[in-house]
Amino acid sequence: MESSFLHPITTAHYLVLSAALLLIGTIGLLVRRNVVVMMMSIELILNAVNVNLVAFSRHLQDLGGQIFAIFVIVVAVAEAAVGLGILIALFRNKETVQIDEIDLLKW
Amino acid sequence: MLDTFFFYAFALMAVAGAILTITLRSAVHCAIALIASLAGVAGLYLLQHAEFLFAVQIVLYIGGIMVLFLFVIMLVNLDAAAKERQFHRRLWGGIAAGAGTAVLFSWFLLKGWGSIQLATPVAPDPNAPGNVEQLADTLFRDYLVPFELASLLLLVAIVGSVIMAKKRVS
Repeated sequence: MESSFLHPITTAHYLVLSAALLLIGTIGLLVRRNVVVMMMSIELILNAVNVNLVAFSRHLQDLGGQIFAIFVIVVAVAEAAVGLGILIALFRNKETVQIDEIDLLKW
Repeated sequence: MLDTFFFYAFALMAVAGAILTITLRSAVHCAIALIASLAGVAGLYLLQHAEFLFAVQIVLYIGGIMVLFLFVIMLVNLDAAAKERQFHRRLWGGIAAGAGTAVLFSWFLLKGWGSIQLATPVAPDPNAPGNVEQLADTLFRDYLVPFELASLLLLVAIVGSVIMAKKRVS
């Protein structure tokens, strides 16, 4: 790129930022033990995807990207609601929210 | 110039919030850090003239989902959990996987960026109506069926989460 690294903010900047957020979310999902924090990491990943979609929507001046971001948010809401419902049911039965203590299916 | 400044400010907010989210010990602190990260992403939407998504991000993510998270955190009482081991047994495996992916990403960016060609940016139309108006036109004209399906998905999610969380009466 012939322009400076700092000055015109291009689509590439947004893509790098989105990749960074996605990576942080993935590491959080793999590393934490607390189920609530793991679900927050999933929200981070979905947000990284949205940054990407909006950046391309701006780049191509095509609103399809923003529509897709809205649908991603809808799915994220549904996921959070069902996931937290499952979490409450789980806590009622197992009295724990640590992911490695929930190993009934493991032998 | 101002654009550059705001981009880096919001990007720093988003990334720093994300890092704090996955490293802080208490789940409530994690939620607060996640709110900062989501607010940074909302600012980035505003910079890209996605005003509707900016409002949706604030109202729905920060106002809705995060309050739901905080409710659940209060409900399941994580005080005991906060005193336990914070990270999973596969901590180093997870970090190694993340670092490997980071190396792949940056290798791609440094070596391969020249070989892909993004489409030339399209200049914005100065006479176009506002973002919300355009978005409504697109959503209700071209994406009406997915919109209706999304309402069905939300209905199923509401019923499912209520059934999942209610007490068994037997």
